[in-house]
Amino acid sequence: MKNIIKGNAYVVGDSVDTDVIIPARFLTSDNADELAAHCMEDLDKDFSKKVKKGDIIVAGDNFGCGSSREHAPIAIKASGISAVIAKSFARIFLRNCINIGLMVFVCDMKKDARAGDEITIDMRKGEIINARAKKIYKVKPVPEFIKKIVSFGGLLNYAVQRGR
Amino acid sequence: MNYVENILSHASGRKSVSAGEYIEARCDTVLMNDVTGPLAVKEFLKRGKKIKNPGSVVIVCDHFTPNKDIKSAENVKFLRDFARKQKIRFFEIGNGGVEHVILPEKGIVKPGDVVIGADSHTCTYGALGAFSTGVGSTDVAFAMLMGKIWFMVPEVMEFVYSGKKGKFITGKDLILLTIGKIGVNGANYKAMKFAGTVISALSMDERFTMCNMAIEAGGKAGFVVPDKKTADYVKGRPGRKARNFADGPSAQTFKMDISAVKPLVASPHLPDKVGPAARLNKVKIDQAVIGSCTNGRISDFAQAAKIMKGRKISAGLRCIILPGSQEVYAEAMKKGYIETFLKAGCVIAPPTCGPCLGGHMGILAGGETAISTTNRNFVGRMGAVSSRVYLASPYTAAASAVRGRIISPEQL
Repeated sequence: MKNIIKGNAYVVGDSVDTDVIIPARFLTSDNADELAAHCMEDLDKDFSKKVKKGDIIVAGDNFGCGSSREHAPIAIKASGISAVIAKSFARIFLRNCINIGLMVFVCDMKKDARAGDEITIDMRKGEIINARAKKIYKVKPVPEFIKKIVSFGGLLNYAVQRGR
Repeated sequence: MNYVENILSHASGRKSVSAGEYIEARCDTVLMNDVTGPLAVKEFLKRGKKIKNPGSVVIVCDHFTPNKDIKSAENVKFLRDFARKQKIRFFEIGNGGVEHVILPEKGIVKPGDVVIGADSHTCTYGALGAFSTGVGSTDVAFAMLMGKIWFMVPEVMEFVYSGKKGKFITGKDLILLTIGKIGVNGANYKAMKFAGTVISALSMDERFTMCNMAIEAGGKAGFVVPDKKTADYVKGRPGRKARNFADGPSAQTFKMDISAVKPLVASPHLPDKVGPAARLNKVKIDQAVIGSCTNGRISDFAQAAKIMKGRKISAGLRCIILPGSQEVYAEAMKKGYIETFLKAGCVIAPPTCGPCLGGHMGILAGGETAISTTNRNFVGRMGAVSSRVYLASPYTAAASAVRGRIISPEQL
């Protein structure tokens, strides 16, 4: 997998819950594209139009709290988001992201970030750069097994490849 | 080792484990529902034919049932067919109810068990002394394939409650108090242990309520170390025997004297926006919801009925009663609660998650306000984006339904 992820920031606040990421009224489907069409709709009804392939969500505390619905990270990934950076994540959401192969980084960088900032995540160096804000943040290196799960496209593919 | 470490060392076949370690553990129960199940099963079927340990897997269709539309009906049918082929336990309307109410009732979860469920409120079973946590659909698919799952052993955050519980103070008020104090991510990744003289005296139903909402503080699990009340609850129910584990020190301890606590409410739009109900008297409500995996058990309806007996709900307000299971429904009939609710002007819904997550059977219109005994008050949770949900105990929700505004039951 690539060691550098580059994209533009989509900035949100604290405690963005999975009910706003994908409201229950859409949970009768698990089709990724259908879910993506309604991603974040109750927070920003134009999210699906605004977001471009490769964009990065930059969030505050407790991103993804609430319901365990995996439809939430699926909707985010299918929207074209390449990674989510948050000061902290709710644990079920974090686990779901890794399991479906969406990269997540714990980093407190939301306070300096503005919508559209170009963000560079260098996994080898363990750094995240916000060029406009002239800031470099250190992040914990991603454990190898998590990188592997994500590069296989999720936990189940990884398990099958590993011969279970 | 503490209680959680002892359970997890047993389940992982190790001599000892400690907080922060990654382990692979056996799961006694693997749970999914009609929202998270279809995804888990489809992912499973791409890679496997037979569930590794079919005896551990349970499907409960409760979120959008009785099927609210064609898509939900197809999802339930898909799960029903899968359950039949795999010979796994399957519950739907008629033999079921809300998952976290029926699993303990039917003896499926026992003290000392390891439980994972593709539903965030799986933490409820900690009230029985199980290590029980919410996961996603992929984790459930993985557990069906492999018969185990990976965990990080959590630290234990202990809450010790002392003092004399005031009138109308319930497990719901105690957990709201706790979430209000530590915040919606105050226990992120941690197991919340509820202890002290107040918990020893608390009913099993109220312990379920408290453990149910551990996730609202970010908790990986909530639990009460089993005692005589736990043993009495388990006695006479089918299923395997309880496993006993010793307890040990917790990483952090918080002590609270709850003698002065008054009935509490969490205001929109986070469960940690907690304050006294008596300070919200200006808030007019359109709907009251009493039920759910948080407060859908018999003693919850006993509390609501105590308030509503001989009274009527406020004109123009809707009050929806959702018994958590067939068993709870039957018991509420026998005890006369259902009649009390009907006479008060409430509507009785079948056992379902219904409006709690904005599914069906009581969705809010734009600008409407509800008081609810459920667990979440996020933006749009019960309907329109501009609707508002206040979380409270059955006493407080029932009293507010009678008044038409949020009040403390003491004010009625």
